[in-house]
Amino acid sequence: MLNIISGTLSTGAPPVSPTSYESISTVTVGSGGSSTITFSSIPSTWTHLQLRTIAAHSTSEGYFKIRFNGDSGANYSWHELQGTGSSVSAGGGGGKTFALADQAFGAGSYFGAAIIDILDYKNTNKYKTVRALSGVDENATGYIVFNSSAWYDLTAISSIEITFTSSPISQYSSFALYGIKG
Amino acid sequence: MAAGSTYTKIATTTVSGSSTNSITFSSISNGYTDLVLICSVQNSAAGSALGMQVGNGSVDTASNYSVTELYGDGSSASSYRLSNITYTLNTVNIAIPTTSAFMPFIINCQNYSNTTTYKTFLTRSGAAGQGVEAIVNLWRSTSAINVITLLLTGAQYFNAGSTFTLYGIAAA
Repeated sequence: MLNIISGTLSTGAPPVSPTSYESISTVTVGSGGSSTITFSSIPSTWTHLQLRTIAAHSTSEGYFKIRFNGDSGANYSWHELQGTGSSVSAGGGGGKTFALADQAFGAGSYFGAAIIDILDYKNTNKYKTVRALSGVDENATGYIVFNSSAWYDLTAISSIEITFTSSPISQYSSFALYGIKG
Repeated sequence: MAAGSTYTKIATTTVSGSSTNSITFSSISNGYTDLVLICSVQNSAAGSALGMQVGNGSVDTASNYSVTELYGDGSSASSYRLSNITYTLNTVNIAIPTTSAFMPFIINCQNYSNTTTYKTFLTRSGAAGQGVEAIVNLWRSTSAINVITLLLTGAQYFNAGSTFTLYGIAAA
């Protein structure tokens, strides 16, 4: 006889408890799709930021191109480690024009997921670093990817712009920005 | 911009005894945006992976899950896929320990309660002396998730002291 532990939970609204993890803003894509997601006027309230996303394009998987404070210059670097279900590859380098969250969106009904950490985003003594875990599985194909990126600028990050290698991103894609206190 | 505290513990379970092979969280509120499961696991013998089944009202036991995995063991890396399986897999190449260290898992269930998209899960796991894994799992259903079962895929049992904690994150 197996002993199966079952936890029954209360229903209704989640309890409110003070934590160091706070929701800042969420964008859910509407019926027309979206080519750009922007979080602007981000206050310097927190120590770190985290983006949690699901996203898809109608026909093509792809990745997020992330820029800070409107900087589209070659002031970024990124690296990746990717598994495809049968092989592993790594790539990246400097002189890039965006930070990267690779394979962060899927195609059709298959929504990719990504968790993107932006560390010490308001620190004016450090270049900014980003790490991401993202993946999409489409039953017969899929990708799971680690990324690290850097933005070589000492300015506090006050805006984040996300564009897509296949655009527009589909309805129901969702981008939730959180702040983590230090 | 609105801001509100979130990342709330919903429930936690610690295994006692030696005859438990599944843990179920049921009646999960739809009041969050994402769920995060943090698990610390040992099992009674080699041969099991940590699987997960989800559903609405009851878990889906049909072949509606698939997995893509990335693995490194300190000297080489590999990637693996399984399609049309009856549970998600949160470890593929790593054997859950039977003694000494417990194996950690962080399982992210994003937008778990929407009724418009298939559900994608991101998992990080690893074990000292074996390796590290990153995994994406898919559940091909647009149903909201309100029940989750974590299970051992073989005939093993969770060792006493294994813990399973469910958190909710609510977006503004």
